[in-house]
Amino acid sequence: MPNFLKNKKTRRDFVTYGLVVLAFVAVSLMQANHMIPRMIVGQLVPICAYIVMAISLNLVVGVAGDLSLGHAGFMSVGAYTGIVAATSLAEAVPNDAVRLVIALLAGAASAALAGFLVGIPVLRLSGDYLAIVTLAFGEIIKEIVTCLIVGVDERGLHVLFNLTGKLTVDDLGLAEGGAAIIKGAQGASGTETISTFFAGFLLVMVALVIVLNLVRSRAGRAILAVRDNRIAAESVGISTTKYRMIAFVVSAALAGAAGALFGNGFSQLSATKFDFNTSILILVFVVLGGLGNMRGSIVAATVLTILPEALRQFSDYRMLVYAIVLILVMICSNNPTIKGFVARVLPRRRSNEEEVSADA
Amino acid sequence: MPKFEFERGKMVPVPSHSIVPERDVDSAPVLEALHLGIDFGGLKAVDDFNLTIGKTEIAGLIGPNGAGKTTVFNLLTKVYAPTRGTILLNGNDTSGKTVSQVNRMGIARTFQNIRLFNTMTVEENVKVGLHNTKAYSTLSGILRAPSYWRREAEAHDRALELLSIFDMQDLANHQAGSLPYGAQRRLEIVRALATNPSLLLLDEPAAGMNPSETAELMENIVKIRDTFNIAIMLIEHDMNLVMNICEGICVLNFGKVIAKGTAEEIQNNETVIEAYLGKQKEA
Repeated sequence: MPNFLKNKKTRRDFVTYGLVVLAFVAVSLMQANHMIPRMIVGQLVPICAYIVMAISLNLVVGVAGDLSLGHAGFMSVGAYTGIVAATSLAEAVPNDAVRLVIALLAGAASAALAGFLVGIPVLRLSGDYLAIVTLAFGEIIKEIVTCLIVGVDERGLHVLFNLTGKLTVDDLGLAEGGAAIIKGAQGASGTETISTFFAGFLLVMVALVIVLNLVRSRAGRAILAVRDNRIAAESVGISTTKYRMIAFVVSAALAGAAGALFGNGFSQLSATKFDFNTSILILVFVVLGGLGNMRGSIVAATVLTILPEALRQFSDYRMLVYAIVLILVMICSNNPTIKGFVARVLPRRRSNEEEVSADA
Repeated sequence: MPKFEFERGKMVPVPSHSIVPERDVDSAPVLEALHLGIDFGGLKAVDDFNLTIGKTEIAGLIGPNGAGKTTVFNLLTKVYAPTRGTILLNGNDTSGKTVSQVNRMGIARTFQNIRLFNTMTVEENVKVGLHNTKAYSTLSGILRAPSYWRREAEAHDRALELLSIFDMQDLANHQAGSLPYGAQRRLEIVRALATNPSLLLLDEPAAGMNPSETAELMENIVKIRDTFNIAIMLIEHDMNLVMNICEGICVLNFGKVIAKGTAEEIQNNETVIEAYLGKQKEA
């Protein structure tokens, strides 16, 4: 066995990577053989985006222990930056894959900046107060994006900030041949869908490697230490604000990349898509999958994105059934009797569960 | 040469408040607290606290419950900002510094109510203590750059070396929260030592230990001082421990220093006896 695999946690990480690769290969094979319903095929890119969202939020909520309720805000910053980047570079960079990579990086960078700016006031708080303020910032970001009108022509980008609500795309004064990219509250439309399932898979892998490597490094230990005992962490020379900020910004950057993937996967995307409900949905993935547990986040994000589609046959009762399933899973995964049963059936699981919080 | 300080614009000699042992007289003191004080509302929790600790001194801070001993520790480590006074650490003023900055300047501490990182392993707890001594950037951590592997290997070796002071290297992979009480106290000391301090503050290190554990702890405190060549200041209610290993003892009552001196001097001090046992009624 190679030297670096001797560490139990490193081994666990590589099993996680392996499982994700296996799942991707399996789904790709099934897709090639037309074994996946068309409804689900359309969900593959969003599922990848939601998985990345869940992983990134887990870094803040599970690992750093800060309850953030505005994660969809960073997703929308990334989504719209990504859409603008991809659309405006359509001629300069003809290759879709390269353009998508640029869009993802642009989305990540802008969301990281947003995360940093939001983090300055927010990370002075903790607990319930932090949750409420992140909720407010999520809403603010959504409202700002709703006011944006962006277009592109041969002279470059045109941006209008539609505060009064009276401006329209015509006010951009686009030259002939120019196109509007974001039309205020209507959001983006006519976006070329360049996101692919393969790109989504790669982004999931990158997000996993970044988060797991971070958690296992010096900075990650500092983040965990701040969560476990802030006073003790400070007493050994750790700047608590710095490490909470690192977790927050890395998380925002990954959410931005996920947003760019998501945004470039739909031809039409309205700003209201990234509202409070989406933030809560992602929080549900994280809580259901287990705080600090990245594998759990991946599974929860996948299942809970497919579930509403799979429940379409219940038509009117779809969301009712979805809610009941959610409640049942929450109750079952927290039931001591059921936990004990699982521990007896799979004895190895118990030791993992005990250190789950440190053992992402 | 006597020290001077400014007081109402005049240079006045600092009051003598040194209980520094003979061997440290020639080296610069590790800590000097001058007229330190803090008010909580109208209450002067600590007032006019003066203390000098020699480079390799083991000092004791004792006093009845509620005397303000832990408050002094919290002032020295900047958990509380002092209302009055100055703290010089290795000659550097610590005013305006944060808890983590003061740690980097050389003070490490343990806590009366144990504060470990409970979900992490014993080794990881010590590695958190090595945060600033075995440093590499966050980015090299994410990218697993060569500095990551080198520093992590160093941190691993150093953590085990430090744990071996208390023969705890076999516990390295245990979860910190699951350790017995005595071991948790020892782990806190190891974690504090990992930050490479010049002054170690121990807040009731023997609390909850049985007599044989306490005896072992006493040996280890002296051993730590000799190995690391650092100063140690401890708060303790176990008078056997204090009187045996502390070279200078400072007695606090109602936030004021009521006596300073060697173990013998303290034991025979009328004011100290009165503070602990009360005044005998005149017949």
